[in-house]
Amino acid sequence: MKHFSEEELIAYYEGELTQREAITAHLTACTACRTELERIEAVLHALDNLPVPERGADYGRAVWQQIAPRLPEKAGRGWRAWFEPRRLVAIGAVAAVVVAAFIAGRWTKPAPDTGTPAASAAQVRERILVVAVGDHLGKSEMVLMELANAAPNSSGQKHINIAAEQKRAEDLLDANRLYRETAEHDGDAALASVLDDLERVLLDVAHSPDELTPAKLEALQKRIEAHGILFKVRVVGKELEEKQNTTNSAPAKTDSETKERNKA
Amino acid sequence: MIRMSESAGSTQDREAVASPVGPSQQAANAARDSDTVAVERTLAGERDAFRVLVERHSQQLFRLAYRMTGNEHDAEEVVQEAFLRAYRNLGQFGSRANFGTWAYRIAANYAIDRMRQKRNDDARRKTPSAQAEEPEQDPLDLLPDEKPTPDRLATNSELRKKMEEALKGLSSSERTAFVMRHWEGCAIEEIAAVLKSTTSAAKNTVFRSVQKLRRALEPYVGVRGVMQAKAAGATPDSTGTEL
Repeated sequence: MKHFSEEELIAYYEGELTQREAITAHLTACTACRTELERIEAVLHALDNLPVPERGADYGRAVWQQIAPRLPEKAGRGWRAWFEPRRLVAIGAVAAVVVAAFIAGRWTKPAPDTGTPAASAAQVRERILVVAVGDHLGKSEMVLMELANAAPNSSGQKHINIAAEQKRAEDLLDANRLYRETAEHDGDAALASVLDDLERVLLDVAHSPDELTPAKLEALQKRIEAHGILFKVRVVGKELEEKQNTTNSAPAKTDSETKERNKA
Repeated sequence: MIRMSESAGSTQDREAVASPVGPSQQAANAARDSDTVAVERTLAGERDAFRVLVERHSQQLFRLAYRMTGNEHDAEEVVQEAFLRAYRNLGQFGSRANFGTWAYRIAANYAIDRMRQKRNDDARRKTPSAQAEEPEQDPLDLLPDEKPTPDRLATNSELRKKMEEALKGLSSSERTAFVMRHWEGCAIEEIAAVLKSTTSAAKNTVFRSVQKLRRALEPYVGVRGVMQAKAAGATPDSTGTEL
């Protein structure tokens, strides 16, 4: 009878799959190899009892307190991230919307004389956000609606494919981030907050598996519902739509008006 | 018998991939999903989102670091440095990968560098004359020549001391390979990546480490096995030759 070597038995003990069945079969018949494996096990079991000092439940918090002051302001994203195809597409789309909104504002409907160049610039920026974000929210609403209404075709269906919605959520993510940052920059906290909530939901969708079991789909739908995001998106979308209709004839909102909305 | 580790990358987890998803797997998936969100938010400029990741993975990294370095102070340094490096290089992290595994690898890499550095420093600190007096010792030589009596060596504290000595006797690579494979249940490919070696070399390093530990510790823990072997009247040799 050919016995297995120490190396093979150690590999077997550590979960190596090669020759696994052959070794298992051999061990049932060979006392010598079984004894050899037991001796290896005895040593490794003893080592398993070597204690690791306990760290309390708040150890993670303590580590954070130690490292937080040493963290740079921004995590290292790397310049390559800006050249990811997905990001380039999103940036291109946003840039196109910005240019289109600017041209539309300048040529199709001359802005009324607001008195100062600063007010005019604010109006243009407002219009850009209104047009672009309105469009973005419309697309996001579509994706979320489709997910909210998704259901198995039959009671026996084991998986629901959400790959298409997932891809669209991924595409919307970069644009969402840029709009949120712009809204934050412009001090429009209400819009920034809705976009922030939307970003979490889009991330959740984008990082879900392509195929979900009915239970998992239901869990995802509940998470979407818990954020109340569909309602928020609809309200803000409606608001932007109304604003879009009035911006062309009315002067830009003043800072005090934006603050009022943020308060609300 | 296959030993199952508690860690995320254990043999159990690897084998569970094909099996139906249980509650613990669901919890692991939920944690991973929430890790992904935290990573994205950190990258979007929310520094505090990184806190979630630190709080969630510190214990696991500490366990690995302690087993690799063998002391608490070094282990804590490794944990902190690993998170700092993870934060600085977060852009290189593929958002579809597992953050825990990625941070774990950073910690293992840093721990092995630190262990090597420490050994080099220790070697430099020794004067040439001292080095001549203290040649590099095989851990096996540290063991007593005579058979230890059970009452002298069976005490936990003494056995623990022997185990710590045996682990210290391993090279940095061997200790890393052993910790990652045996205690953390890492795949050979992961170990090879940390050791910057081929998979067959990594496999060999795991074997060498277990073999050394076995030689050093068997006199104290392998009594039952040895007696059974004697009772069986045969012991296979270490090279797998025909008996």
